[in-house]
Amino acid sequence: MNSLPQIAHGYRLQWESAQQSHVLLYPEGMVLLNDSAAAILQRCDGRRSIADISAELELLCEESGLEPQVRDFLDIAQQQGWLA
Amino acid sequence: MSAHPPGPPLWLLAELTYRCPLHCVFCYNPVDFARHEAELSTADWLRVLQEARELGAVQCGFSGGEPLLRDDLEMLVARARELGFYTNLLTSGVGLTAARASALKAAGLDHVQLSFQDSTREMNDFLSHTKTFDLKRKVADIIRSQDWPMVMNVVLHRHNIEHVDRIIAMAHELGASHVELANTQYYSWALLNRAQLLPTLAQLQAAEAVVNDWRARLGSRMKLFWVVPDYHEGQVKKCSNGWGQMFLNIAPDGTALPCHTARMLPGLAFPNVREQGLREIWQDSEGFNRYRGTAWMKEPCRSCEQREQDLGGCRCQAWLLTQDAAAADPVCAKSPQHARVRQALADAHEPRLREQPLVFRDRASSLRLSSEPAG
Repeated sequence: MNSLPQIAHGYRLQWESAQQSHVLLYPEGMVLLNDSAAAILQRCDGRRSIADISAELELLCEESGLEPQVRDFLDIAQQQGWLA
Repeated sequence: MSAHPPGPPLWLLAELTYRCPLHCVFCYNPVDFARHEAELSTADWLRVLQEARELGAVQCGFSGGEPLLRDDLEMLVARARELGFYTNLLTSGVGLTAARASALKAAGLDHVQLSFQDSTREMNDFLSHTKTFDLKRKVADIIRSQDWPMVMNVVLHRHNIEHVDRIIAMAHELGASHVELANTQYYSWALLNRAQLLPTLAQLQAAEAVVNDWRARLGSRMKLFWVVPDYHEGQVKKCSNGWGQMFLNIAPDGTALPCHTARMLPGLAFPNVREQGLREIWQDSEGFNRYRGTAWMKEPCRSCEQREQDLGGCRCQAWLLTQDAAAADPVCAKSPQHARVRQALADAHEPRLREQPLVFRDRASSLRLSSEPAG
């Protein structure tokens, strides 16, 4: 996996009020995301490392040791083709 | 109003026109398209986009016919993008010049689905009754030059299914991000040509093995979608992910439909966006509510443990093959009329039937066929 994860070309993350959730849009498809998935993907901008993303989320959630869960999710996202 | 209003449509398919430079033998546009030639105005389409987005639609496909024949396409794409839609252009490629592509890119178009009929010039041009193969390859380069993700769509049938290896290789060479290998669905023009188009089970199995081999080799570099051929499977698929659940189709004349082909169903009034707002159409119209959920089902669907998964299958297929739109989709092995599907598969091996000339999708054929008595 890229050490600076980034959402794949042609994919777009946006908030949808009708679904009350973030969605990941891509050619002819979409994924409804839960809050945790959205929080991680929002930070996949090609500039932050996995450690940076994890640290930000730990601050946000007032919780420590989130990096393994972040990595697990990013592995799944990579397999799904959501990341470049 | 229904007791529990349905969730929002997620997919808006804006069929801008039935006009098309191609004459494909498997086209899903209605056989009587020549009787529905009036097209919505730009102002009507702009209102449809606004209302669909307010309802919660997220994906917008601009389709046809050939949507590039509308000279307001850029304006519609720009408005859709401004509203927050993910915008998809579904095109034959005819009319997508470098200048037009630049204008669509500036308008905010997100993605292009380009159709090919085959990996060979001869079969591509024969099936569409046009000389477009070389043009499509040039258009693929134009799409790539604009940095759009490109989905290549190829409808599969007896005449090209054995080329699936070359089709995937061509898609890879042309830089497609996804390939949609869509086994023909037998409605409209494809139904007219069914005996000439249905592949054999051996052809399907060989093709699927090729697809799986390519998947293993490609990994995540190019996604391959294999659209299951339901006649051979004996298992039904949810109609458009559930009738009136996710998919909202607006035909060129403004008729709102829960799927591409629903207009054929007798005794169902589908409203027109010229006369009604989309919220009212989606939530309250008889056409959209008739086959929502499971309450409409008859046996064997009503007591089937799969009913929530497949919702009884396709209503149009049920009507076409049994003349009862509320019947079980006869593709299902549990349907009392499943023998009709088996007969269709047998007919496809019958030289007398399979060697009949193909009927090409054109205006003259549409007028002739829609004036002939049914049956």
